[in-house]
Amino acid sequence: MSEISRTDVEHLAKLAHITMTDAELEKMTNELGVIVDSVKRIQEAAGEDVPATSHPLPLTNVFREDTVGHVFTAEESLASAPDAEDSRFKVPAILTEAEDAVTSSVAQEGAHR
Amino acid sequence: MNTTTQAAMDAVEPLSFEEAIETYEPVMGLEVHVELNTATKMFSSAPNAFGDEPNTNVNEVDLGMPGTLPAVNGKAVESAIKLGLALNCSIAERCRFARKQYFYPDTPKNWQTSQYDEPIAFDGHVDVELDDGEKFRVEIERAHMEEDAGKLTHAGASGRIQGADYSLVDYNRAGVPLIEIVTKPITGAGRRAPEIARAYVSTIRDIVKGLDISDARMERGNVRCDANVSLMRPGAGVFGTRSETKNVNSIRAVEHAVTYEIRRHAGILSAGGSIVQETRHWKEDTRTTSSGRIKSDADDYRYFPEPDLVPIVTTKEWVESLRAELPEPPAQRRRRLREAWGYSEAEFRDVIAAGLLDQIEETVSHGASPAVARKWWMGEISRLANAREVEPAGLGVESATIVELNELIQAGSINDKIARQVLEHHVDGEGSPADIVRNRGLEVVSDDGALTAAVEKAMAENPDVVEKVKAGKLKAIGALIGPVMKETRGQADAGKVKQIVLERLGRNS
Repeated sequence: MSEISRTDVEHLAKLAHITMTDAELEKMTNELGVIVDSVKRIQEAAGEDVPATSHPLPLTNVFREDTVGHVFTAEESLASAPDAEDSRFKVPAILTEAEDAVTSSVAQEGAHR
Repeated sequence: MNTTTQAAMDAVEPLSFEEAIETYEPVMGLEVHVELNTATKMFSSAPNAFGDEPNTNVNEVDLGMPGTLPAVNGKAVESAIKLGLALNCSIAERCRFARKQYFYPDTPKNWQTSQYDEPIAFDGHVDVELDDGEKFRVEIERAHMEEDAGKLTHAGASGRIQGADYSLVDYNRAGVPLIEIVTKPITGAGRRAPEIARAYVSTIRDIVKGLDISDARMERGNVRCDANVSLMRPGAGVFGTRSETKNVNSIRAVEHAVTYEIRRHAGILSAGGSIVQETRHWKEDTRTTSSGRIKSDADDYRYFPEPDLVPIVTTKEWVESLRAELPEPPAQRRRRLREAWGYSEAEFRDVIAAGLLDQIEETVSHGASPAVARKWWMGEISRLANAREVEPAGLGVESATIVELNELIQAGSINDKIARQVLEHHVDGEGSPADIVRNRGLEVVSDDGALTAAVEKAMAENPDVVEKVKAGKLKAIGALIGPVMKETRGQADAGKVKQIVLERLGRNS
């Protein structure tokens, strides 16, 4: 039995800003369920001596020198922009979120746990 | 919480700070973001620079072009480890980056590359010193690496996000290396909570400046603070609902924002209401906060490990070699310098407030006495800088120049007044003090002939003064110095004038 419920998919669709019909939600619930179950089987196969990984290659510490490389001109930066003004990207007014969207990452997890 | 209740809560009058503190115990959580001063960005080789033309410090990585790959700035990682060590943190033996997903045009990728479950530094502490010398320990939860976001300008009648017609985005800041430092809940601060918040942010700023990992200019957003505040009944043991006041960008504002939130929470709680968990915006003009965004399930950022970057592994040797590079902690350095220089508390506080500690230290190391170094930096150099609306350090006066000026005074070549003029000419690019004195003919008149002539002229023109001096009123000589200075264009040595007057009158000086 899959751990993915229809409510999960609705939530994900909302977070991803994707509108889905009832039929699509139904279909996606089943498909995601199959994927999660498949991964679960792989997890069963991996013994306790196999550590979890987020990267397929056994690499660590790949760093870049702090040296300035190539950079775009404002024209180049904006070449593919749908709209621009004053050398800046022009985007629709954002009414639902305030300017605090970023730079708070662990507020809820960290400061007042 | 529905909007009607929200509006009702916002209408509740804040309690006075005294009343609030008598009834409730404040709990704070402070998040400080530090922008690093690396040459390039966190994940791209585009320049990390402030104040340039929009969208000229970016490349394909910063703009989130499809198919591009990030590459970690090794120096930024070293800066993060150094900061972790300076905050008395443990450094993770292994850590990784994570994607924090959200929809907002300040990042073109629709995620911010950050760290989530594996921060590079954790479990530290900072001792902050309050104005009266009392120390308070702030526990650090974690410090992690991430990237800054682009800058949005909201166009429209209000200039604010509400009612904007559209927004303009400059991605120059996108990708600038950031370290976010998160405290553990700060409890037991009581009435000193606002002061502790201010001292903490100030201490962090000093530390990152001392480490030379950030320009630490708050007015440019190099150091930014988000302040979480909640209240609980004394002994309750369970924290109240918190608010998070965003982007409080000056040391004073941190103190004011915490004070206001304590008063606001207390007002609502005392009226039987409940606090909404939300972000608040700090308003400097009214010293109040206003409601921002209510926390909701949209705050599910779906963090997952960044697949385009490999983990960071810190060896003991690496960490220890970075530890060996750490400078003396700022608080310790201040104590040492104050004792060595013999300044009073007030004098030293003024030097700190003026941000001239480094300059004075350097000038002293070039051979000036601490008193002379302080006199020049806090006096004439600060005055000149103020008049020209620049920072004293920005005038371009070298320590060696101050030492040279002082030597010219000591040798009797120029007096204090001329020395101040020489400094101004020096700032205007006329060369070294000795050159200026020579080229402008400013040397104090030590040629006895010329000086004696000037003194005799002054005595002849002021017989009443001469009579007074003859009668033993030596202070009256002061009235002769003015005319002599005028005659010699300010280049006379006052002591010498006095000596000549007394010689002419047949008295011993």
